[in-house]
Amino acid sequence: MSAAMRETLPPPAAPASPFYTAEHEAFRDTLRRFVSREIAPYVDEWDEAGEFPRELYRKASSIGLLQLGYAEEFGGVPTDPFYRIIVSEELAKAGSGGVNASLMSHSIGAPPIAALGPDWMKRKVLPEILAGEKISALAITEPSGGSDVANLKTTARREGDHYVVNGQKMFITSGFRADYYTVAVRTGGPGASGVSLLLIERDRPGFSRTKLRKMGWWASDTAQLFFDNVKVPVENLIGEENRGFIGIMLNFNQERIGLAAGAHGFARVCLDEAIAYARERHTFGKPLIANQVIRHKIVDMAMKVNAVKANLELLAWRVHQGERPVAEICMLKNLATTTLEYVANEAMQIFGGAGYLRGAKVERIYRETKVMTIGGGSLEIMKDLAARQMGL
Amino acid sequence: MKVLVAVKRVIDYNVKIRVKADKTGVETANVKMSMNPFDEIAVEEAIRMKEKGKATEVIAFSAGPAQCQETIRTALAMGADRGVHVLSDAELQPLAVAKLMKAVVDKEQPGLVIVGKQAIDDDSNQTGQMLAALLGWSQGTFANKLEIGEGVAVKREVDGGLENVMLKLPAVITTDLRLNEPRYASLPNIMKAKKKPIEQLTSEALGVDVAPRLKTLKVEEPPTRKAGIKVKTVAELVEKLKNEAGVI
Repeated sequence: MSAAMRETLPPPAAPASPFYTAEHEAFRDTLRRFVSREIAPYVDEWDEAGEFPRELYRKASSIGLLQLGYAEEFGGVPTDPFYRIIVSEELAKAGSGGVNASLMSHSIGAPPIAALGPDWMKRKVLPEILAGEKISALAITEPSGGSDVANLKTTARREGDHYVVNGQKMFITSGFRADYYTVAVRTGGPGASGVSLLLIERDRPGFSRTKLRKMGWWASDTAQLFFDNVKVPVENLIGEENRGFIGIMLNFNQERIGLAAGAHGFARVCLDEAIAYARERHTFGKPLIANQVIRHKIVDMAMKVNAVKANLELLAWRVHQGERPVAEICMLKNLATTTLEYVANEAMQIFGGAGYLRGAKVERIYRETKVMTIGGGSLEIMKDLAARQMGL
Repeated sequence: MKVLVAVKRVIDYNVKIRVKADKTGVETANVKMSMNPFDEIAVEEAIRMKEKGKATEVIAFSAGPAQCQETIRTALAMGADRGVHVLSDAELQPLAVAKLMKAVVDKEQPGLVIVGKQAIDDDSNQTGQMLAALLGWSQGTFANKLEIGEGVAVKREVDGGLENVMLKLPAVITTDLRLNEPRYASLPNIMKAKKKPIEQLTSEALGVDVAPRLKTLKVEEPPTRKAGIKVKTVAELVEKLKNEAGVI
């Protein structure tokens, strides 16, 4: 093409990326080192053990990992959403969704406290969580349903200055070890307008939990929770009584962007691992990557991962501008998690037998793809919600 | 006591180095750059001195293009108090850097200068020693352990093991790998580092001649290693070491 035919303007001299500054990159550097030294060497061991040392929460806090996006007065570091994308990408490099899910469970448990909680709660509970001293979990899903929040069955009956909580919660991340549970309960009549959020401390009499054995996320302590006449002071109410539904829904948006970012991170790891393996592995006298079938596979994988990244960053930017594009967040979650399924599957295919062995990153990631298309709102729920938001 | 530390911007240690097509050097365009790991150890040691009350201020120095400010920011995010950047797009050889540092030392009057024993790009291992000579200060190179008292006790890594030397202050120290394990720059500190001052100077303003004294003729990839062979017996191994390799 001749110069005369060119009509596009030269790129602005401004930053190399519209989303990431030098500070973002500095934090990425710190995280990369942290993950490679403090997490990656141990994930196999922790996965087999079914948990990781509690000390990791404090270590994570020492680099600022747990404090992202919280106000300074509560021990946080105010940030934009791109820091969270960086966290998802870099944590994914250790290849263990379970470690990430429990280590970062406060990213779904604590936002309602920060957004709606009473002052005493923000001053006491948030700093402990952000310092990695205490673990926060979110408890919405019940044995009878997850995304159907409006019909949840756990009740909190008001008795004087207490609520008395009865019911069960299911599939709760960090559910076995958490100190603070952000629990959705029914304080009013049926439907969405009877739902409240309560902070319940782990040592309340009548509150017990059992650990659940899972397909993946072994290092994460997922649990079922049981509330048997648990007395909770009324000041533990997060937000107004019977107004919990909207808080839960807003929290879901954030959780879904987080899940999409995580899925993108893991997909990228699968892609990188597959490329590295295809270069190294020789069959029939040449490296695997010299075969067109493998090369094309890798291009398809990269193409899909790039599409997720572009969508994720643009949506994160829009949310940061104050938009709340619910339908697009639902679609992003589906795009990211189904891309992860695709890419993990192709990576396993490239690895062949070596990918079927425990200890390979792609083996674990492949096994952990399902939780991504189910947790935080399943594929089908996401489509349904998106369809309704689109007015279809 | 002020402590001056030098931080060099080098190609990140994880990057696979590629030689430029014209063999004049290595490819640095679109390559991730980081702080020289030995300099990180220098920064860490200085910050620890400040935390123990042995130092009052830690100043991070770098010389080179505008992007060196990022490297200084990393030092500031680790805990250094302020930065001094000598802006230069010219090739800076160890003698030039030592002279620039001397000019900054004359201005800042630190009681101690800590630099990495070498940078992982050119592996010169010269700047610290040259700076000590230019200043006429004591030097403790390849430091494995430092103890600040009246002077500074340095445990040095030498070929035969460890050597203890006692230096008078002011002094120049160069760090070895085992001196400490550098901390992570935490997110709160990365944010705080944005507000810390970096003074920008030029070699002209400092009156330093930075013209290269060494000329690079050609840069080449090291020869690729040939595949080894397996020997069947110890006798065969000894025979090959004697007659083929000529090492015994």
